Amino acid sequence: MARLNVEIGDLKLKNPVTTASGTFGYGTEYKDFIDLGRLGGIFVKGTTVEPRQGNNYPRMAETPSGMLNSVGLQNKGVDYFVEHLYPIIKEYDTNIIVNVSGSTLEDYILCSEKLANLDKMPAIELNISCPNVKEGGMAFGVSCESAANVTRAVRKVFPKTLIVKLSPNVTNIADIARAVENEGADSVSLVNTFLGMAIDIDKRKPKLSTVTGGLSGPCIKPIAVRMVWEVFNAVKIPIIGMGGISNWQDAIEFILAGARAIQVGTYNFIDPTVSVKIVEGINEYLDRHNIESVDDLVGQIL
Amino acid sequence: MMKVHDFIVQSNEILNVRNNLIKVSPAKKEALPEMFPGQFVQILVDNSPEVFLRRPISINFIHKKKNEIWLLIQRVGEGTRKICKLKPGEIINLIYPLGNSFTIPSKKGNYLLIGGGVGTAPMLFLGKKMKDNGIKPDFLLGGRSASDILQQADFEKYGTLYCTTEDGTLGEQGYVIDHSILKDKKYDYIFTCGPKPMMVAVAQYANNNEIECEVSLENLMACGFGACLCCTEKTVRGNVCSCTEGPVFNIKELTWLD
Repeated sequence: MARLNVEIGDLKLKNPVTTASGTFGYGTEYKDFIDLGRLGGIFVKGTTVEPRQGNNYPRMAETPSGMLNSVGLQNKGVDYFVEHLYPIIKEYDTNIIVNVSGSTLEDYILCSEKLANLDKMPAIELNISCPNVKEGGMAFGVSCESAANVTRAVRKVFPKTLIVKLSPNVTNIADIARAVENEGADSVSLVNTFLGMAIDIDKRKPKLSTVTGGLSGPCIKPIAVRMVWEVFNAVKIPIIGMGGISNWQDAIEFILAGARAIQVGTYNFIDPTVSVKIVEGINEYLDRHNIESVDDLVGQIL
Repeated sequence: MMKVHDFIVQSNEILNVRNNLIKVSPAKKEALPEMFPGQFVQILVDNSPEVFLRRPISINFIHKKKNEIWLLIQRVGEGTRKICKLKPGEIINLIYPLGNSFTIPSKKGNYLLIGGGVGTAPMLFLGKKMKDNGIKPDFLLGGRSASDILQQADFEKYGTLYCTTEDGTLGEQGYVIDHSILKDKKYDYIFTCGPKPMMVAVAQYANNNEIECEVSLENLMACGFGACLCCTEKTVRGNVCSCTEGPVFNIKELTWLD
């Protein structure tokens, strides 16, 4: 049995397999299917200061080897999370990490402050890359200056592990990664969804109520792998890689590209047990290749 | 408790030009858990590029003795076409049972179960559950033509069957909402599943006549178990997942008639 544990800043994961925000609810949605304690961590649904109803239906369109969504950060707000959800999920035998989203700098600060007080909240993931909200969200993640500003502001109020989730909808993702590293981010997670669009040709109407949405699934994987590799060559902080991971082979590919941990996203919808299968697959791969620790594999393209 | 299990296709019968009836039972010899009318399964088709997501299919019937789930499939796209090509003995993977249920009546009254097109599927299972409670409902099924009114003999086991067809080849000509039974008989409760315009018309009728009414929605969904938040429906309580808080809603919860 190889060593699977990894560290992301002060955050200790029993294995590098986590689940991506927005695809795994609060974990409870999956407890019938898997033992949540077998995961390295769970990134829970994007959380904002105020409750959000999200966008109008339709919010989803199936696309070749993937899907578009425009959920729009539907959630009950950080106070509801702290009062009603946290007491349940803090009992899980895994790391719970909240994805913090917002429309203004103040939103990010306020939300992060409230989460900083929770004992069993070892880290947050700063979502500056949601393509489905009118204000804020991705706007913070597409320029070095705004990404640096929000990271700097949250760094001041959040002393634990700060992960910044990057948007792939940029010219040079490595520049953004460097900008947030310089402001004290402990890690970057990438990639969020790609801005996309699909049209119903019979109705001649966009398939999503919001016209555009975020593309995810295996169709984005090669681009995501390339971006992880670019960021790996640009920063020293650990990377959490994601983008179309559907099996352990994909996970290994991301690790080789430079990811210290990975997030499984859209594929949870197709196989709600896939995350645990990936943990097993990584372990067997390491044993087969006589690699002692998964850490030894990070970025090791020959 | 939701499960992800393999099932064996026991039979696959072509019912008409659009519909197949597929009967499946668990691949591992184990009894099916209790399931309720209105609930659905998520079928893993082949995860090919063009059929990436699972396909949600309503439970048509549970045959307890044979340990079978019956699935009535309408071939509307690539996914359902592939499902309809399954052969007996082949394996399919299901997530089940998903969603809530129609409120199964337990006291005598006048109940009407309205189904349109493939939306008739859960009405058979609901009719069976009502019969188990000693209640005989009326069924009102609608389709384009006589060949679209499926499983007639099965429905007649559990209640009185009324039909409408758009071409008049079976029952009264027109849409279900035009059927004379709606003028002649006073119902206490209506359950319906079918195309949205039909369900809206039924909801309007029920509302105008102060009849309780439950509808089963078919919103597009990715996961089917409340994780993706894609199949949202606007309700008086705000946006909710139609996969976990539905697919069945009392029309009073919805904002259709506002």
